[in-house]
Amino acid sequence: MTDPLTFDYRRTRADFPILDTTVRGNPLTYLDSAATAQKPLAVLAALDRYYRVENANIHRGVHYLSEQATDAYEMTRAKAAQFIDVSDPDEIVFVRGATEGINLIAHGFTESVLQAGDEILITHMEHHANIVPWQIAAQKTGALLKVVPVDERGVLDMQAFERLLNERTKLVSVVHVSNALGTINPIKAIIEKAHALAVPVLVDGAQSIPHMPVSMADLGCDFFVFSGHKILGPTGIGVLWGKRQWLERLPPYQSGGDMIEKVDFEGTSYKPIPGKFEAGTPHIAGVIGLSAAFDYMNQLDRAGALQHEHALLCAATEQLTAINGLRIIGTAPDKASVISFQIDDIHAHDIGTFLDAGGVAIRAGHHCTQPLLKRFGLSATARASFAFIMISKMSSVWWLRCIRCSNFSLNASTKDGLPCQRIFTNSIRILFSSTINVRGTMVH
Amino acid sequence: MTHYTHTAEGYNPLCGDTIHLFLLLNDGRIEALQFKAACCAICKASASMMTDALDGKSVDQAAAVFERVAELLSTDLLQTADLSVDGEIAALAGVRKFPARIKCAMLPWHTYKAALQGDARLVIGET
Repeated sequence: MTDPLTFDYRRTRADFPILDTTVRGNPLTYLDSAATAQKPLAVLAALDRYYRVENANIHRGVHYLSEQATDAYEMTRAKAAQFIDVSDPDEIVFVRGATEGINLIAHGFTESVLQAGDEILITHMEHHANIVPWQIAAQKTGALLKVVPVDERGVLDMQAFERLLNERTKLVSVVHVSNALGTINPIKAIIEKAHALAVPVLVDGAQSIPHMPVSMADLGCDFFVFSGHKILGPTGIGVLWGKRQWLERLPPYQSGGDMIEKVDFEGTSYKPIPGKFEAGTPHIAGVIGLSAAFDYMNQLDRAGALQHEHALLCAATEQLTAINGLRIIGTAPDKASVISFQIDDIHAHDIGTFLDAGGVAIRAGHHCTQPLLKRFGLSATARASFAFIMISKMSSVWWLRCIRCSNFSLNASTKDGLPCQRIFTNSIRILFSSTINVRGTMVH
Repeated sequence: MTHYTHTAEGYNPLCGDTIHLFLLLNDGRIEALQFKAACCAICKASASMMTDALDGKSVDQAAAVFERVAELLSTDLLQTADLSVDGEIAALAGVRKFPARIKCAMLPWHTYKAALQGDARLVIGET
């Protein structure tokens, strides 16, 4: 075990130039890694180098640069396989991100697996990306979408899961780590129970892969998707892994150039996997940037980074719990470094703007998990997420501002919820006191 | 508000802000304007100021106030608000510093316009 205090966050932090940014006169406190991670210099350099001196299309040229680009692209596939502990790189498909990965599988299941009366099992804590594609698949095929409930803490109801799982279930699609609550799901138990009934499992790893090493050999799932930009890579590139027999069974998702073996007006044959799923010129630069991100993650002391993040989570949870009127949404015993919260009846966007005024970046909104928030009686929360690049003694700026926000709420709330002009005019003045640009003085 | 001539519901899908507006118009003049809202502080404040700013105004005068608010919130025009001329809506100019929130401030005003035009429901954000 690595002592969290020995994790060299100062050195890793220096790799992320954006952290030196000043926002509204304050040093940036970036607590939105769950939305997208910041990028280390190595990734920026790889992107620059590719476009500056290596740029060429892949799989179709015989010239030097094209061969170089093809090699770099295919080497990243091998690197991705290694990163998630997969022995066959052909099982790695490059996609735009986790969303496209799920859509690809949903499309394949719609075309060649699902029939009327079949069931798709998801959970109440899924991201919209793991709900909507299955709703559409269900509408097209007559299959039914079943949802595993979560309890007050944001923990999956495993008994309900077992009840809902049956011989009509054709797929379990479940999030590994909840983006809105931070809950780490008992993914191995889910896979074991599903496999006992020969039901395949898709794992949405968008939020797990930045925080913990994941091994397909260990998990034993059938599909796994993640987005490159959450693990320090560029946006617009992600990975779908699927077991060979599944990828071979599913039809192409998009079609066109590069995914074919031979095209004739009488008929077309497709490339073997993964080629048949990669139509058109792919996001080559994205793949090359992702390659640098894998390298960066591989040289990182990941156990130390994880412990560091956990220490940040514990400290932040303690700080927030002490704030009057603040409620943390998602209190599962097993959590990644994500905290959703609300303060009294302040709208999450007001908390977000208030923190932003102090240079603190958090996410505010429904986090693309509207059904989950509805289950907690909310339409939005504020969410802080921590990455290993955050300093150990976290800048107190952000929670001090949370406290001010909480005080602001006490002053601003009305008895009957009806608008009170003075109070709300004041609320704007308080919210924007440092930046408001009005000539004259306001008399109250 | 039980007696009204126009009503509309405004919705911002980005944050879920919802505002229900009731307008009593008599001979081209706003006799009463009320709202019910489940929304953020900026939207509520803006709605509250709007009811004050438009109360008793003619539809034409109200249109001018609407235009002024849109100007004050425009990040292209960057007009300086003047409290002595603009009244309390001058405070809305502060929202410009947070472009993502401009729609919150504009929602009540667009909803007023929708009500006036006879549109029952307005979804802001697509434009």
